[in-house]
Amino acid sequence: MATTEEIQSGLAEILEEVAGVLPADATPEKSFTEDLDVDSLSMVEIATAVEDKFGVAIPDDELANISTVGDAVSFIEKNQS
Amino acid sequence: MSDIVVTGLGATTPLGGDVASSWAALLEGRSGVSLLTDEWAEQMPARVIAALAVEPSEHIDRVKARRLDRCQQVALLAAREAWADAGGPEVDPERLAVVVGTGVGGALTMLGQDDVLEQSGPTRVSPLTIPMLMPNGPSATVGLEVHARAGVHTPVSACAAGSEGISLGMDLIRAGRADVVVAGGAEACIHPLPMAGFSRMRAMSTRNDDPERASRPFDKGRDGFVLGEGAGLIVLERAEFARARGARIYAVLAGAGVSNDSFDMVQPQPEGSFASLAIRLALRDAGLEPGDIGHVNAHATSTPVGDVAEAGAILSSIGDGAAVTGTKSMTGHMLGASGAVEAIFTILALRDQVVPGTQNVDDLDDDPRVQALDIVRGSPRKATLRAAVNDSFGFGGHNVALVFTAA
Repeated sequence: MATTEEIQSGLAEILEEVAGVLPADATPEKSFTEDLDVDSLSMVEIATAVEDKFGVAIPDDELANISTVGDAVSFIEKNQS
Repeated sequence: MSDIVVTGLGATTPLGGDVASSWAALLEGRSGVSLLTDEWAEQMPARVIAALAVEPSEHIDRVKARRLDRCQQVALLAAREAWADAGGPEVDPERLAVVVGTGVGGALTMLGQDDVLEQSGPTRVSPLTIPMLMPNGPSATVGLEVHARAGVHTPVSACAAGSEGISLGMDLIRAGRADVVVAGGAEACIHPLPMAGFSRMRAMSTRNDDPERASRPFDKGRDGFVLGEGAGLIVLERAEFARARGARIYAVLAGAGVSNDSFDMVQPQPEGSFASLAIRLALRDAGLEPGDIGHVNAHATSTPVGDVAEAGAILSSIGDGAAVTGTKSMTGHMLGASGAVEAIFTILALRDQVVPGTQNVDDLDDDPRVQALDIVRGSPRKATLRAAVNDSFGFGGHNVALVFTAA
């Protein structure tokens, strides 16, 4: 089980790789679309990368509810096995 | 009708990462052709290719590059160079259009994602697959870069696509739909499937033991083209618009001619009758006589049938007075980019008053039509050039001829 900090930093790595977001900018309150300029296609790529990294699949309907970095961290934390 | 002028050039080719290095290499007679050493190539009958001299992804922001197919990356780099070269024209976006032709579009993405689909299933396919594989991807990439709102277009006409892009760009300005157009072609599809397909058509050279001599237009020993990759884009402007902003003018795009063989899907009509038609239409459009044309940058892919048909076309439209060159002997065949890159070489020939030499013509074809042409072989030739023609032909019977005149 990854800790909250590990999930946060792992997600930041994914965001940097996929969308060029600087790790320091990937703070929990940030909105993917509004603050970090991550578009819907990149969100799908991020979901795939999350599944690879944490073994947590994010179904499409759940992806629509994830708007901030913090939302994603919570979702991963709750759903990791 | 107002003149249409060329104010910017951009290219990335097997000879260089920009126009200046590609042109310098061409005048030196350097070859961009090499042996493909990837493991997958071992089974290929044809293993000679003309790969880009400069890796495009290394010159694009990493995150942007991963969202672009290679054919879009080369289009972007050529567009940036051409736009900067034109001085970054200040034009109303609603008067700015883009036309970038391609033969196959994002083939590498389509094939790569098909591998992902086969190996890992549909949920692993990249969400970027469609925007990266669509044939209008290169033109849309350029449109986004320059913020063109007067239309972004994509002629898909195989190896004539780059020239058709320039011809359509001219039409847009003439029709009053744009003042400035970024026009040309882009291609990047060096991959086992296109290579196997072309090989099965016996269209590609199998001179694997001597790559630099594999592309040999008009030579008796030619045995097919060498697959290349690249992009060429030019900035076209309504002359009044260019002059009003004090733009440097390379040349005038004086005319274009477009025809189709409607003869066979892939074989050229053997006499080159309709390729000749395209050239004659271009001359008429430009208001020039055959004797005015000092130079032809020929399509000359190094295929046995194509080069002879083209020789016939040039003879019957322009005659034997023009200095003809086949620059694919050095660049290989960049398919949908070739016509645009060769248009750039034609423009630079007019600027520098020099005709690049055709390489590897050791033993000129015996056909009387080839023998009758004034083919510049080996070293470049100084010449007094007022007007020059670039012709391009593509599978599907497409014929496009462009006429440029010195600025």
